[in-house]
Amino acid sequence: MAIPSSEQRVIVVGGGLAGLAGSIRVAEAGFAVDLFSLVPVKRSHSVCAQGGINACNEVARQQGYSEFEHFDETLYGGDFLQHQPPVFEMTHWAPKIIDLLDRMGVPFNRTDEAQRALRLFGGSLYKRTHFSGATTGQQLMYALDEQVRRYETQGRITKYEFWEFLRPVIDSDGKCIGIVAQDLRTMQVRSFRADAVVIATGGPGLVFGKSTNSVMCTGAAASRCYQHGVKYGNPEFIQVHPTAIPGADKLRLMSESARGEGGRVWVPAMKKNGEWTPHPTPGMAPRTVPVDERWYILEEKYPAYGNIVPRDIATREIFGVCRDGFGVGGGNMVYLDLTHKPKEELERKLGGILEIYRKFVGEDPTEVPMKIFPGVHYSMGGLWTQYTPAAEYERYESGEASIDNTRVWDPHKRPACGLDAHADNNMMTNIDGLFAFGEVNYQYHGGTRLGANALLSCIFDGLFCGQSVVQYVTRRAKNLVADRPQAVYDESVEGEHKKIAELMSRSGAENPYVIAKELGDVMTRESTVVKDEEGLNRALVCVSELNDRYAQMSLADTSGWSNQNLTWARAVGDMLILADPILRGGLARKESRGSHYRPDYPDRNDKDFLKTTIATFDPVTKQSMISYEEVETGLVKPRVRDYSKAKAKGAPTASNAPKKQSAPLGETVGTGSGGAS
Amino acid sequence: MSNTTTSIAQAGTRTVRFRIKRADGHKKNVRWEEYDVPVTSGSEGSGSANVISCLQHIAANPVTRHGERTTPITYDVGCLEEVCGSCTMLINGHVRQACSCLIDTCAPRDGDVITLEPMTKFPVIRDLWVDRARLFETLKRTSAWVPIDGTYHLGAGPMETPDEQQVRYKLSECMSCGCCLEACPQYLIEEDVENWDSAFVGAAVISQARYFNMHETGASTKKLRLDALSEAGGVSDCGNAQNCVKACPKEIPLTESIAAMGRAVTVHKIKQFFSGQ
Repeated sequence: MAIPSSEQRVIVVGGGLAGLAGSIRVAEAGFAVDLFSLVPVKRSHSVCAQGGINACNEVARQQGYSEFEHFDETLYGGDFLQHQPPVFEMTHWAPKIIDLLDRMGVPFNRTDEAQRALRLFGGSLYKRTHFSGATTGQQLMYALDEQVRRYETQGRITKYEFWEFLRPVIDSDGKCIGIVAQDLRTMQVRSFRADAVVIATGGPGLVFGKSTNSVMCTGAAASRCYQHGVKYGNPEFIQVHPTAIPGADKLRLMSESARGEGGRVWVPAMKKNGEWTPHPTPGMAPRTVPVDERWYILEEKYPAYGNIVPRDIATREIFGVCRDGFGVGGGNMVYLDLTHKPKEELERKLGGILEIYRKFVGEDPTEVPMKIFPGVHYSMGGLWTQYTPAAEYERYESGEASIDNTRVWDPHKRPACGLDAHADNNMMTNIDGLFAFGEVNYQYHGGTRLGANALLSCIFDGLFCGQSVVQYVTRRAKNLVADRPQAVYDESVEGEHKKIAELMSRSGAENPYVIAKELGDVMTRESTVVKDEEGLNRALVCVSELNDRYAQMSLADTSGWSNQNLTWARAVGDMLILADPILRGGLARKESRGSHYRPDYPDRNDKDFLKTTIATFDPVTKQSMISYEEVETGLVKPRVRDYSKAKAKGAPTASNAPKKQSAPLGETVGTGSGGAS
Repeated sequence: MSNTTTSIAQAGTRTVRFRIKRADGHKKNVRWEEYDVPVTSGSEGSGSANVISCLQHIAANPVTRHGERTTPITYDVGCLEEVCGSCTMLINGHVRQACSCLIDTCAPRDGDVITLEPMTKFPVIRDLWVDRARLFETLKRTSAWVPIDGTYHLGAGPMETPDEQQVRYKLSECMSCGCCLEACPQYLIEEDVENWDSAFVGAAVISQARYFNMHETGASTKKLRLDALSEAGGVSDCGNAQNCVKACPKEIPLTESIAAMGRAVTVHKIKQFFSGQ
């Protein structure tokens, strides 16, 4: 590797798992990193991740699982909307990522033999999810935060916490050469130079009002990049998590691990003539409901996967039974029941989420079934990014070579059909030098993200694609950003000053908090679990009206010190702009795929829509222009997605999946017919 | 550990009065403002209001109970599920996270009053928002990380038994919220950054030092941590008030950590004395 120029710097915006992993990788290569975050990085939204992180492991491997299976499951779960080379690379890297986190000291749960324990998770019949209680995201975050702090003491990473990213600085050649940011305490706005910029700012949950996201997940940073010319991919693909606890300020996540560890979803119901009908007393105490009056909706309809079907499916089923009048107490809730499990085991494996339920609902889930309902959780879509497939990918794509998907290969001898590790553009947006890592990009998850793949994709982006940032900066060592004229930076700062002054000077009667709430209401109503043309059009009209009202807003606080009223109002404007591609993308995609469900077009339509939606911002109309791009499916041919059946002959089903992990099974490859106990 | 609370809130909508201590900066224009916030008791499906949802209500309706227009309250907030540590403040005089403070529990009756104040051990940025940078800086002082060789693939980390994991996991849940520091009589506000290296580190950081010393690789830099905790502001500054463990929202056994590190520091000093190093 070339010796880095001491004058070259990289900016990372966002201090969650993707941003921290990327910072570590770039700092390790010797470049100075400036790390920007709205909050002290240790408080980033990644701490909310609960269930775990997926990776093939030795036990699963000897039961017939492989990196290939993980790859294939991810594609199948995502309804084949992903570009395949990045997913291939990510799933093959996964075991190495677990090892690294393990070395950093993450307290992964352990088996009796002191091996890393595993649990079942959605979309897989093998235990391949590593976990640390039910606060896995928090534990992973802390491990990376600690390593970043170590680099900080060595002067290799500089943190800018409580700083907000306002825009990328793009030169006349279309290259990103820095950012403009604002100190949220002093309100100072200034530019920062960088030879490359990584955006790792997470998802846009707040566009939907109440979601499982943290309050800083407005999508504003992504929206600002989009408004400055970055393409946005698959905006209509929003994951609604099946199990959240409704709250006055947010929907608190109740991890999929609750189902992975045996949690069962049911509603009270009566069977008449072979058909379930709503229960006459749907509000009766759950433990007094007779067994034959409990409708286990997922187990009945999806015998192979049961309660661990992917999220979009569980969400639609729960949503559907509540719509049909089966909800608990007649409302919008179903039971998620863990009461049949031993308390001690629940505390050890799920303590964190049980505690959340106790604190926020006031009931003990080991005693009483939890009451849950779906909530907006994750965006599969995001900033459009490119990549370079590895050397052999073309041979597979052309049909010259094909993957034998029954083979469990030695991961060291896998075919080179993932990503080119030496490329300088992996996860770079269409703007040179501007990268997007983690949830903010649109890769890996397609139409639905499988549980416990998010932590993986965030860290993979940081570590693997962080290498692309290093390559990019190294190759541009002769063209230093430090030598650029100041003018373009000053113009960018001036642009943001003007925007702030304009917001401060508005004097209408509208309030940004009220506008955001109404935006959330309409987006949740028309653009989440079930969408149709009429509803999406209604929402577009509504967003347009909200835009007009936004112009009539005034700020209650116009002070120049720690003004959260200003920063929120500014973010609301960016949320309104991002709502447009989410709705237009959904309107234009006349099919149903993964999380995007249109009863007016109920089937998947590969002929017309096995394509990435690309939204481009039109600065004149402030609306998005929608176009499509082919999906790279050269490795696995898309097939029908059907979770009522197990994937392949001989694979385990939820009822006979290996229940207990034991010491490795030697050479006996589990066929799934019995599993280990 | 159960924190189960049975809601005793009266049904329907009631008014809760908020008394909030506001300031434009540290000790700048400190004043109290009062707001009346309508609260509906948590019914099926809607969940209870909490302090954050009430602050959101005030932001959308920034008017005091006397009808004066005012500005939204400035406060630090993040996950809203008590895992990020952001929204720590004094609620009715007790330090805790605002998100997990349910109105149905702490103000169940019409007219009940809730008092909000910023933490007192850190400089106020504005209103309820304080600057806890010192807490993170102190983690640097105690080398609070596992000194790995780098991110290249070098196989798995050290194995550990489920019992060891359970102990480390509990310690690792520390979200650097600062409740233990607010509650500690020995931990005092220190605005001068120059003094952070000699002021008391506090329970959270002592517990983190124990966490890293328990890890097989982390233990290789045990000496650095013990040195730091032997110096001024180290573990001997603890006055044994034991407030920290009661204030910790994650129920981390902080006093056990302080005792363990106290012993380790003593042994470390004796060894140093006899080895002459």
